[in-house]
Amino acid sequence: MKNTSQSSSKNKHEKVEKNVGLFFLFTVLAISIGGLVEITPLFFQKELATPVDNLKPYTALQMEGRDIYIREGCNNCHSQMIRPFRAETERYGHYSVAGEHVWEHPFLWGSKRTGPDLARVGGRYSDDWHIAHLLDPRSVVPESNMPSYKWLATNTLDGEITGKKLATFNWLTRNRSHKDENGNAIPLYSQAEIDGAADAVKGKTEMEALVAYLQSLGHALK
Amino acid sequence: MSDFWNIWVWVLTLGSLVGCYLILRWCLKNFTDVEEGDVSMGHSFDGIEELNNPLPKWWSTFFLLTIIWAFGYIAFYGLGNWTGLLGWKSSNQGILSLAESKAKTAEYLAKDSGVLVQYDREIARADERYGPIFDAYAARSIEDLATDSEALKIGQRLFIQNCSQCHGSDARGTTGFPNLADKASLYGGSPEAIKTSIMHGRKAMGMMAWEGALGGEQGVKEVAAYVISLSGRSVNAELAKAGKANYGLCAGCHGSDGQGSLALGLPMGAPNLTDNIWLYGGTQRAIEESIRNGRAGVMPPWKEILGEEKVHVISAYVYSLSLD
Repeated sequence: MKNTSQSSSKNKHEKVEKNVGLFFLFTVLAISIGGLVEITPLFFQKELATPVDNLKPYTALQMEGRDIYIREGCNNCHSQMIRPFRAETERYGHYSVAGEHVWEHPFLWGSKRTGPDLARVGGRYSDDWHIAHLLDPRSVVPESNMPSYKWLATNTLDGEITGKKLATFNWLTRNRSHKDENGNAIPLYSQAEIDGAADAVKGKTEMEALVAYLQSLGHALK
Repeated sequence: MSDFWNIWVWVLTLGSLVGCYLILRWCLKNFTDVEEGDVSMGHSFDGIEELNNPLPKWWSTFFLLTIIWAFGYIAFYGLGNWTGLLGWKSSNQGILSLAESKAKTAEYLAKDSGVLVQYDREIARADERYGPIFDAYAARSIEDLATDSEALKIGQRLFIQNCSQCHGSDARGTTGFPNLADKASLYGGSPEAIKTSIMHGRKAMGMMAWEGALGGEQGVKEVAAYVISLSGRSVNAELAKAGKANYGLCAGCHGSDGQGSLALGLPMGAPNLTDNIWLYGGTQRAIEESIRNGRAGVMPPWKEILGEEKVHVISAYVYSLSLD
């Protein structure tokens, strides 16, 4: 064993290397810089909280469809985020902008495209196509590897908590600028819409709800 | 971005760059009591010793270079509210409508705008290259294009990209989605009618559910039998005869001889029943199903999605499919 320096006060590395708390603190500091610079300021940018001109809240049925979209994990294979590249916009339409998503909770942008992007799928296909495609994707697209979602056609909605969902969205979006013609802040859903939500979806199939949701996607930017 | 967040971004970014440099410089000094090189730090496990070696030269040099690179990057691409020497932006994220998007694009593409929107540049370059091709096609008639193999190739690509999901990659359709490669059509097979169908979409007036009006299952069976007989297939004559008595209900849309709404000059999308082409299936069961519950096909409009120039080329491709 040669010269040892275990007790050296001069070895400043050791202060960090042998002190877990300090090491943790420096690590957190180092990795948070990127987020603090790139993400935090976005929370306070007006353009990211201003809805695009034609943005409409989901109807009760579309809201239920959105929840089925989440439940079935559609966002695992389908993104809803068209990036600003010609290769994407040629296929999907205008790139996605922040103002289209200001009322989304949670965002369903997704991060993987096993299937195509759905940000502007609304209106591209008929309802009949969506139904045929969800029941048996290969009946219309033989090359598809999407699973069948047959149960959607037989499961019906009872609408018990649909009203609560709408009310929750009012709370979630309370700070987003949803304005009437005179510029006054208004909630996303009126009390009448919340009260009528259950009746609006009761007895409808999950298929109807999901198709209504899909057909609503992408019309906000006009 | 407000001044606060602008300063926030500047301070944190430049601060961490300077900080990285200071840490690097600090680490390059020897703060141990031992000499650099082959002297042990006093940690020895299973005969493996930790030595007090300096940071490798190549490594610290590269680290320094990344810091210098960062300053160059900031200079070109900007920081906070400063747009940098290039005036670079990836896209126009703040827009609230398509009209605003177009206006912004035009504004920033102007030579003296000082703003470089990368997406808009990409599109402008593509337009420069492909625009003249589509312009030339737009000036020619669909009949003419349908004999141009280059145009048809482009049309086929566009078709596969946008239309094959319903009509199939061979354009032969499937149950509920029309075959475009045969001579039959619901809304007209002329070049103009095809283009109109693609541009503005089609919405069948919709066949209602007839079970009630036909007095139940037996009535449906009878009319189905008569409808099948219209294309010359053999059916139970008695059923067909009974069905014919009720056919008057169908004649309003499908014509008194079942020739379909197109032959009557009406744009309601009621198919010809005499040609043995069955959009929703031609079996007894499928036809009964159609009569029982009704049908209503919808073709979405593509004008806004594709634009007229592309629709023009696709129309030529679709039209060419029905040529011999």
